[in-house]
Amino acid sequence: MPVAHAVASGMNGLRAAGDLVARLEMARGMRLAEAKQYVAEKLGTSVADLADPLVMHEVRGERRLGRVFETETTYPDDPSPQEAKRHIATLLGLSIRGAGR
Amino acid sequence: MEARFITRLGDGSAVSLTRSELRAELEEGTQAAARRGKLPPLETAELEHLLDIFASAARFSAVDIGDEVVLSFDGTGTQQQGSRVSALLQYEQCLAADTCELYHIDYSYKAVKTVVSVERQAMKEAQERLTIPVHYGAQPDLGRYSAPDGPCGNWSELLPQIRIGDARAAQEEAVELAVGDMVYVATALWEAGADGINFDTAGAGGDADFLATLLAVERLRAAHADMGIMVGMSGELVIGTHGRLDYRGTRLAGLKPAGQLEVVQRAGATVFGPAVNVNTSRTVAWNIARALTFMKPCMAVARIPVHANVGMGVGGVPMNAFAPVDAISRCSRACVDILRLDGL
Repeated sequence: MPVAHAVASGMNGLRAAGDLVARLEMARGMRLAEAKQYVAEKLGTSVADLADPLVMHEVRGERRLGRVFETETTYPDDPSPQEAKRHIATLLGLSIRGAGR
Repeated sequence: MEARFITRLGDGSAVSLTRSELRAELEEGTQAAARRGKLPPLETAELEHLLDIFASAARFSAVDIGDEVVLSFDGTGTQQQGSRVSALLQYEQCLAADTCELYHIDYSYKAVKTVVSVERQAMKEAQERLTIPVHYGAQPDLGRYSAPDGPCGNWSELLPQIRIGDARAAQEEAVELAVGDMVYVATALWEAGADGINFDTAGAGGDADFLATLLAVERLRAAHADMGIMVGMSGELVIGTHGRLDYRGTRLAGLKPAGQLEVVQRAGATVFGPAVNVNTSRTVAWNIARALTFMKPCMAVARIPVHANVGMGVGGVPMNAFAPVDAISRCSRACVDILRLDGL
């Protein structure tokens, strides 16, 4: 079920920018188009790039926003989830309670 | 002779229909919802698009590139995935989830209240291990407040005895208790780091169940301006087990998805999840046309994101623990293409 929906219509979560758009919807009640535009502007990408895992893998790495683990190409210096969430909070202007205080 | 296409019934079993038969299923589905809900049926172009989705031999169907939506999950993970938090991590790392939800197997705020300290610790661990938003979710589950499980009278027993006043009084008493429990648990999990709170299957116990949810949302919003709050519904019509309850002047019994959305966003939620239940004897085409007809009016009144419920037995998805991907993907795509909603 989750795989079918993810492939059919999902934004790819941490593989792309789905989690960032989701945060704006949940925390601010922002509608999808506005949330996508907001994230794209903050990242300096196009809206179309937000669900593209190749583009977002690079962008997330550069901005230290966290990304999926890769056994073939490890990134030992990538941030921990809590550090990544602090960067996400700063990027999006959100207060993320689980980012560590 | 007209070609036949493999499609599904609402229980997930395979059937083959011609394009003409699929067209008839779609038209009957939208008309069924239009009659029951006193709603406009889907437009001709929308039905034609649905027909193209279903009259296809493809094993899988998907939205256009660029049309992707946010996927929020209720009750995330299963026991095969190890611990609860490990399951959440797998959803993040392997299943491309945009959000996930920590939950207790009882999935009831009343039950969770007794183990809330354990849930808080699990949430803390989840927040340390995951980057995507981790919500906490459970059901309002008003029935648990009735005897013999709870302290209130049992309205399911009182109503058949024609003790209407007693049944109503019992539900009103249960609402007060449920609101207190939901606010208590949600606050505890919010303090532990939850990115949001999900009230799942709201209204499953009728209009009193839905009222309790709305009052909890209202109280939480007043206390926490930045709390993410999602309300997912249980069905396309709020059942009037009480019959006289209203939320700030809006009668709750009989509310359809658009009406449900209006009171949910007025209460202060940030995401709304409409649910339309599946008829297992009809085809997925019939069910999705019916579901879309019920949900479509939401989009005209939505000020907050709308995430359609498309899990097992809702939103056209077959009522089967192993729903086939051909059916799931078509429902997923149909919701996005027709409704232009914000998530699933």
